[in-house]
Amino acid sequence: MSLPARVTTLVIAFLAVVAGGIFFALQYVGAQPPVEDYTSAASNGQVNVTLMTTPETTISDRPDWVSYFIKNPSSGQFVHTTYFKVPANTQVNITILGYDGCTPLRNPIWGHVTGTFTQTGQKNAEDVQIFDGKALSAVTPMSTMDSWADCSVQHTFAIPGLGLNVPVASPPTEKENNALCALGPCVGATADEGNAPHSVVTFSFRTPKNGGTFRWQCFVPCGGGYVDGNGGPMATLGYMMGQMEVQA
Amino acid sequence: MAAEASSPAAPAAGTSGGRRDGLWLLIIWIGLSIIACLLVALVWGPHMPPGAQSESAASQQKDITVLAVIATPVIIGVLLYFGWAIAFWRQKPGDETDAAPVHGNTKLQTTWITLTSAIVLSLAVYGTYELIAPAGAGAGEGPQPIWKPAGTVAQTSFNCQSPTAAPTWKPGTSNILQVQVIGQQWAWTYRYPQFGCFETTELVLPVGVPVQFNVTSLDVIHSFWPYQLGVKADANPGVNNVAYTTPQHVGQFTVRCDELCGIWHGAMFDYGKVLSDSDFMSWAQSTQTSLASVTKILPPYALTYDPTVLAKVGKVNEDLGLTSAGGGYYNPADPEQP
Repeated sequence: MSLPARVTTLVIAFLAVVAGGIFFALQYVGAQPPVEDYTSAASNGQVNVTLMTTPETTISDRPDWVSYFIKNPSSGQFVHTTYFKVPANTQVNITILGYDGCTPLRNPIWGHVTGTFTQTGQKNAEDVQIFDGKALSAVTPMSTMDSWADCSVQHTFAIPGLGLNVPVASPPTEKENNALCALGPCVGATADEGNAPHSVVTFSFRTPKNGGTFRWQCFVPCGGGYVDGNGGPMATLGYMMGQMEVQA
Repeated sequence: MAAEASSPAAPAAGTSGGRRDGLWLLIIWIGLSIIACLLVALVWGPHMPPGAQSESAASQQKDITVLAVIATPVIIGVLLYFGWAIAFWRQKPGDETDAAPVHGNTKLQTTWITLTSAIVLSLAVYGTYELIAPAGAGAGEGPQPIWKPAGTVAQTSFNCQSPTAAPTWKPGTSNILQVQVIGQQWAWTYRYPQFGCFETTELVLPVGVPVQFNVTSLDVIHSFWPYQLGVKADANPGVNNVAYTTPQHVGQFTVRCDELCGIWHGAMFDYGKVLSDSDFMSWAQSTQTSLASVTKILPPYALTYDPTVLAKVGKVNEDLGLTSAGGGYYNPADPEQP
């Protein structure tokens, strides 16, 4: 083989390896769940975002993991993702449908609501309703939940960069916690598929004027079976953590 | 060594200069070193990291400046010698003779070994001293610290029964301010035992008074690193790691985790504040009051916390088998391995 041919072969082989590496990085390492775009759903300076927690994620390849889902603003379908986009300087009204059971917080401080306000204007609080399998309870504003003394918290929704922390209330009784939804997402008509005991948590906060990307996470180490409960769904994008992109 | 041995005492064959080259090198080296050392010490030094926001930070800044000043003549000497050799001692075209053979130069070797040994041993003594003063240099000293701020006493029992109890610390006393730093994936929280044991996500400190950080973790190993304060202490689960500092200037500082602790390690940071004594007392007392409802549900203040044991377990939790916090520590019997 001539020298130019050998050089050409080497260059091509090198470029092929580099291209393969970039493809791998983009495809696997840099992959992220889909982003639910709520920017066009905003009106009058407000946008409504709906999330769901489930004890299982049967539509994924990890059916025994807990997970968050986000409702697609156009189709109304719950999508297995934890990434969403909202406009800047906007009041975000969050509704979380909490289908999981209770777990004591590792640090009870995360049972305190911060950085939010309710529809009635109460600061550092969330509105809680419980569906016991038959009927939805009245709205109860909550500012602190003792997850050790009561079966009260299943997960949290926290955006540390905004000082926002919301414990997601759970169905409070043993009976309710033994009759949880067995699917993910919980959208079916039967008890097993979604018509099961769950909480409805609502709260609001304002997005910053300048925009940016804010990570959010659950502070309950709910990755059962992993180191300190913080592996698995707690360490995988699209389950118990995500990002909120604020578009300026 | 070989090159130094051959010149200036024994310049390479075919070069001119000999001792004159050595003299010029020495003069230029001394001149440049004096100028550069002054620039490093007086111009660059005050901007060296981590700044001077606390006593330990200022001490570290001084240490880095001293090391830089010591290193400056060495760097200049090496670069000057290289430049001189390239410019004046390069081989002439057509000259294929070898350089003068280098044999043992006892004088040079003795000087070299003595000088480098003196520098290294001096730095070892200096470094050891600086690690001790002031008060452990801002590093975590473990659960039983040896070097403490002079004239301070650490309160050991706290009134956490009443979240709104009167503070047991005030500025200007020997009772050192204690702040418990609690690491968890992926955030820091801070507990103030002398103010009813409230816990908050804000780190606020008073200026001009010594602070004792009691650093621990609720899960994996983190590292508490308020960068501008010059403090760094590992946060280990089940261990109380004590570090000291004395903030010297009012202002903001950054708190980072400096131990790879999971997927959001890079996002595990926040900002702390150093306030005047009166502003700090005002903040601490108002925060103690506003967080009283949260303080009531916190576990009793302790230097470490065991998440496998709940201080109180509600009946429903107990009936559901939920007797540890968030699943407790990793159980080797769990079926899924990380």
